[in-house]
Amino acid sequence: MRDHPGLMTALLALVLALFAASLLIGPAGIAPAQALAALLRGDATAEALVMREIRLPRALLAVMIGASLGLAGAAMQGYLRNPLAEPGLIGVSGSAALGAVIALQTGLAASFALGLPLAALAGAALAVGLLLALAGPRGGSLTLILAGIAVSALAGALTALVLNLSPNPFAAAEIVFWMMGSLVDRSMTHVWLALPLMAVGWVLLAGLGRGLDALTLGEDAAETLGISLTRLRLMLVAGTACVVGAGTAVAGAIGFVGLVVPHILRPFVGARPSALLPASALGGAAMLLAADVAVRLVLPDRDLKLGVVTALVGAPLFLHLIWRTRAEGL
Amino acid sequence: MLTLDALTVARGPCTVLADVSLTVGAGEFVGLIGPNGAGKTTLMRAALGLLPHRGQSSLAAMPAQARARAVAWMPQSREIAWPVAVETLIALGRLPHLPRGAQLAPADRAAIDAAIARMGLESFRTRAANRLSGGEQARVLIARVLAQDTPLILADEPAAGLDPAHQITLMRAFAAEAAAGRSVVASLHDLGLAARHCTRIIALHRGRVAADGPPAQVLSAGLLAEVFHITAHVAQTPHGPVCQPLEVIR
Repeated sequence: MRDHPGLMTALLALVLALFAASLLIGPAGIAPAQALAALLRGDATAEALVMREIRLPRALLAVMIGASLGLAGAAMQGYLRNPLAEPGLIGVSGSAALGAVIALQTGLAASFALGLPLAALAGAALAVGLLLALAGPRGGSLTLILAGIAVSALAGALTALVLNLSPNPFAAAEIVFWMMGSLVDRSMTHVWLALPLMAVGWVLLAGLGRGLDALTLGEDAAETLGISLTRLRLMLVAGTACVVGAGTAVAGAIGFVGLVVPHILRPFVGARPSALLPASALGGAAMLLAADVAVRLVLPDRDLKLGVVTALVGAPLFLHLIWRTRAEGL
Repeated sequence: MLTLDALTVARGPCTVLADVSLTVGAGEFVGLIGPNGAGKTTLMRAALGLLPHRGQSSLAAMPAQARARAVAWMPQSREIAWPVAVETLIALGRLPHLPRGAQLAPADRAAIDAAIARMGLESFRTRAANRLSGGEQARVLIARVLAQDTPLILADEPAAGLDPAHQITLMRAFAAEAAAGRSVVASLHDLGLAARHCTRIIALHRGRVAADGPPAQVLSAGLLAEVFHITAHVAQTPHGPVCQPLEVIR
């Protein structure tokens, strides 16, 4: 807020506007004034139920997950000093997805409401354990990437195996659709499940600014500026695992937000990694809210998946950015 | 300022640095010379505690925060990861002096401005640091080290890639730091610069100290032949000491 008040205010206003849009747009077609009144009233009317049980958790989850992905993406890019890094790189989202897929396959997801997210969180936790065992407390950033790629590949292979062995096409289709990512039919239970973990992750990631700034000068220089790289890496991995694991557990895999948002906002904060963290969190929330509104406006009756939209918007945007970078001769 | 006692670094079976003991006092500008692979970088990184080592180093024994206020390190690889403004990058040198989340104080600004003026970077202040030329980037990174405002500076080949005028400016800046009671240890490949500006030269050869003393004493024909396999014209002139390498001894 301090360094770039104009940008931060604009992003905050954008998030608030999109949050309102997310609350007010939906197939139930409630008039805006009525919708807001019902939301505040919270009585037993159908309108109040729609607002409190369907639209509010959906909008809240979009903000939480979007902010998480933006923040984790900015932190990951800052740590690896690479604009192509993204939170999924360390394999946590792939492993969380694997846990969810196993829950869907074994019927755990159907047997009780939180079966799927809890299985996904277990997958994420396993991935972090494996990652830290592979990359070790003293490993460098390269070891972390390689370990992350190995964990991702393993999770991907096991997910494919579950799909492969799936007894009927309906089960396979359910898994495939789940993996595309969506915020449809999520409840406040999902919000309360994800929020504590995400809050821990936000605190861990938000504390990285100083170390990430110092890393601009490389690992050796950062260390002699008093930054403990071991602690920084541990906080990054734990924070990313918390936010991405919790996000994937409740909404499935949503790509490109953590990659594109920091990239777009970097020039606006003078490329400073510490300033990019809060900006990217707001930007991520805005992007996911916008995508979730778009899902309802474009093809409302076809259940367009959120992850599909973010990738459809994100990939061309990313290509454009690469094009622009190339044109600058870098 | 810096005390090393039997500092030894082994990489697998080979010893890269063997039993180096030395002391650098206040006011010294030490030129660390030696052929490629002699152990100059290893010596400095081990002294900072960045490498696993045996023996003692006064810097490596310090807690990280205290060390960051005691010594500034300019690595050989000149990394500038993001297109941050030159003055923002130089301000990173103030990190060890800033409490968490604090803004730059007037004293910090003064140190940054002084470093910018020292390296002649006034006109670059707002330029993206990683889009400057190699030599300009080196000057920005040297300014960052100066802005850290520590009693000791360790620099790994700070003069590489600078034009003659900026090489001399750099050496004068370091000499001025030393004259003001600080200490500088810089690895150098240009023997002429080392002879002219350093108060003391340490020659490393195969991980050991081959010679240590004032430039005129260290840069002898015998040492240059043994360590560098070269002949050189070494002379005292009215303009100060001169060392010009001439031929390779086969």
